[in-house]
Amino acid sequence: MLVKREAEWKSSDITPENLFLGRRAFMAGAAALLLIPTDSRADNPPADQALRATPNPAYKLDDPSTPLKDVTTYNNFYEFGVNKDDPARLAHTLRPRPWTVHVDGLAHKPRTFDIDDIVKMTPLEERVYSLRCVEAWSMVIPWIGFPLATLLKRVEPMGQAKYVEFTTLVDPEQFPGQKKSVFSFSSLEWPYTEGLRLDEALHPLTLLAVGLYGRVLPNQNGAPIRVVVPWKYGFKSAKSIVRIRLTDTEPKTTWNKQAPQEYGFFSNVNPTVDHPRWSQATERRIGEFRRRKTLMFNGYADQVGSLYAGMDLKKFY
Amino acid sequence: MLRRGRLALKTATWVACLAPLAVLLWRAAAQDLSANPISFVTNWLGDWTFRLLLASLAMTPLRIAFNISWPLALRRLLGLFACFYAALHLGVWLVLDHFFDWSEMATDIAKRPYITIGMTAFVLMTPLAATSTRGAIRKMGGRNWQRLHRLAYAIGVCAALHFFWLAKKANPQPYYYAAVLALLLSVRGGDWIRRRLARVRAMAAPALH
Repeated sequence: MLVKREAEWKSSDITPENLFLGRRAFMAGAAALLLIPTDSRADNPPADQALRATPNPAYKLDDPSTPLKDVTTYNNFYEFGVNKDDPARLAHTLRPRPWTVHVDGLAHKPRTFDIDDIVKMTPLEERVYSLRCVEAWSMVIPWIGFPLATLLKRVEPMGQAKYVEFTTLVDPEQFPGQKKSVFSFSSLEWPYTEGLRLDEALHPLTLLAVGLYGRVLPNQNGAPIRVVVPWKYGFKSAKSIVRIRLTDTEPKTTWNKQAPQEYGFFSNVNPTVDHPRWSQATERRIGEFRRRKTLMFNGYADQVGSLYAGMDLKKFY
Repeated sequence: MLRRGRLALKTATWVACLAPLAVLLWRAAAQDLSANPISFVTNWLGDWTFRLLLASLAMTPLRIAFNISWPLALRRLLGLFACFYAALHLGVWLVLDHFFDWSEMATDIAKRPYITIGMTAFVLMTPLAATSTRGAIRKMGGRNWQRLHRLAYAIGVCAALHFFWLAKKANPQPYYYAAVLALLLSVRGGDWIRRRLARVRAMAAPALH
């Protein structure tokens, strides 16, 4: 599918000059940032973790962002362990530098990118998205990144490419949850793989995130690079990506292999299609007491509804 | 058993059974209930319900395996505490999670097998809790009382299914609980078969003369 490329950048969107200064000047700039009171929900990052990005006014929400502490201590990231606090507790085992991402498959110019080149590839923007977990809770997160489409276009997808597959790092030394033991009989199959249809992957909402809350992406949130697909359940947004492959067949995805009747390839947020074992009609926003109604496509129906025109979403769940 | 020893044993059991609740209240006061406190509290209470249920179901197997009688003195107390935590677990679901949204809860009970079976377990627990007094045992007669309280096995199986059906498939925990339950039930099953065989042998023995 061809996506019309428009002039997406106003001059005001261009990353401030200080990002392009030398490291010392950048550090000084970051230190100056520490003096400016910002969102009280986020602590100021240490200077070496600060990441500047221009807020994109087209992607913000009326709801307040979930506190940074909750965003970084309540995670599903089975590479670290099955409990919500495992990722934060074991995050130090992951080494997000050096890191490369292979972007290949049905591409005219397959390439291996260094993570530092990806971060500098295009101006970084801040987008506030809501994240809806399949377990019926949700958060609001100010991500930092750029559209996945920008990266995919660099490798020039071939005409036959219909899908994109994401692969997460496999390394039991860095991901303790991948260690084999007698107790890991029920564990997921590694590597964790996820996938999108190419038109979903090229949709402007689909973000490659390298940071959140004004800082480099914390390890427990999928450092150094992850995808964020806000209209799908959270597990579709693969973390700690080492490979992005263009393909003509629907990729096998990890949770779908684990329980095909529970986790479909599409896994769009849909309050009218329940998980076989629990309702998806409502969700608990982290930090709120009462449950709130879950919105079709997690509130992004206007932007993405047309991608699924004519499809039976009960069948293609 | 000596009366003093029995008293010490029961006191220790009370303290041990109330400790998880005390820790939970402590963590609540310290605002240390994770980013999703309602889910945390529900899971905490559910975990301890199941653990105490398994503890109460472990007393008879302990007697069988090690030929000691004192565990039997704790069986009822542990069972009652399991019921106490189950009531709190259910109460949190009712009040904090769904905030008295009766129609939604009714739908959930009917439609979600894990909630149906969890409710079943709780309903089965109530007659056991209600007949846990010494007076009730005397009134019912030991034999009938025992027969009724065999429901505890069914409750254990319900609890295991409840956990299996609500947990995500990659979570190994339900398997651990189910394995402990299976072990406890098999000790009893083995003992039942042994006694049956002994009786058959005892009846058959005279014919050999």
